[in-house]
Amino acid sequence: MNQQNMKDWLILANERIQEQKDYLSELDRAIGDGDHGVNMARGFQEVSNKLATQEFTDIGAMLQQVAMTLIGKVGGASGPLYGTAFLKASTALKGKGECTNIDLANALNEALKGIKLRGKAEIGEKTMVDVWEPVVSKWLDNPEAGMDELIEFTHECMVETKAMEAKKGRAAYLGKRSIGTFDPGAVSSELLFSSLFTVLKGAAS
Amino acid sequence: MSVGIVLISHSHELVEGLRKILHQIQPEVEIAIAGGTEENEIGTSAIKIKQAIEKADSESGVAVLFDLGSALLNAQLAVELLETNTKVAFCDAPLVEGAYTAVIEAGIGSSLEEVVKAAESVKEVPKLL
Repeated sequence: MNQQNMKDWLILANERIQEQKDYLSELDRAIGDGDHGVNMARGFQEVSNKLATQEFTDIGAMLQQVAMTLIGKVGGASGPLYGTAFLKASTALKGKGECTNIDLANALNEALKGIKLRGKAEIGEKTMVDVWEPVVSKWLDNPEAGMDELIEFTHECMVETKAMEAKKGRAAYLGKRSIGTFDPGAVSSELLFSSLFTVLKGAAS
Repeated sequence: MSVGIVLISHSHELVEGLRKILHQIQPEVEIAIAGGTEENEIGTSAIKIKQAIEKADSESGVAVLFDLGSALLNAQLAVELLETNTKVAFCDAPLVEGAYTAVIEAGIGSSLEEVVKAAESVKEVPKLL
């Protein structure tokens, strides 16, 4: 994966987030404070604008810029969570002009650790971790996995959050009433991962 | 120098107002605020919080008080982004009463630990006598 692939990934992720902006906010209105779509759309639009106009010394530096943009622009809890994720990934890829899929999977594993530490969340608590953890570990366990398989698996992980009871964030106040809706952070995480696997599929062919 | 105080809220106006109250009580204590997003909309910003910590920084350290939800996440991230070795402590306390007590404690020259302890002690104080 080179710098251009990485840019393509985040620019595609932004397009999907813009398309799903209202849906993300609607999900968040059900169990949170209703701003996830607007926040993510604002942050990733800014990321997309910066990537389209800037060149970076290496992909670590690029992801650091992504992190700082998300931290500054997203607002809500998603800002520090996604910001921390990209900050950890940028450290893992510091100085690299390009990286292998395994490098990237390892960097995303560092990102996952950052998310869990920041949000104090574990798997099964109806959060973005319920997409990040299984998807990253599946990819690490089998770096040769097909991109279509990973895209499908990511979607399944997101769907599983519907039956979960929220234990973290504002949704936790709802207790059992949080069951029956997809977690907004899991949905935005699916958009991010499915964009990545789509770009990698294109880059490989 | 006395301990500096940082007030974090989802609303700029909320901490601006709180700072005015506290400044009247202890004008010599450095009180920095980080309210709202970078555009002063409702939310919190790690960048703003980092700047507030730098502003309130003294050799005695900085006590941080915050309101809801993402305020703590962004405050913890802000501390990680600091380039200095500033001593920063989070107060597990209600924003208004905690800040009031923290500022008075800082004003009498107490240590960071004492300021935090004083702020946190207000949780035990009944408001209706």
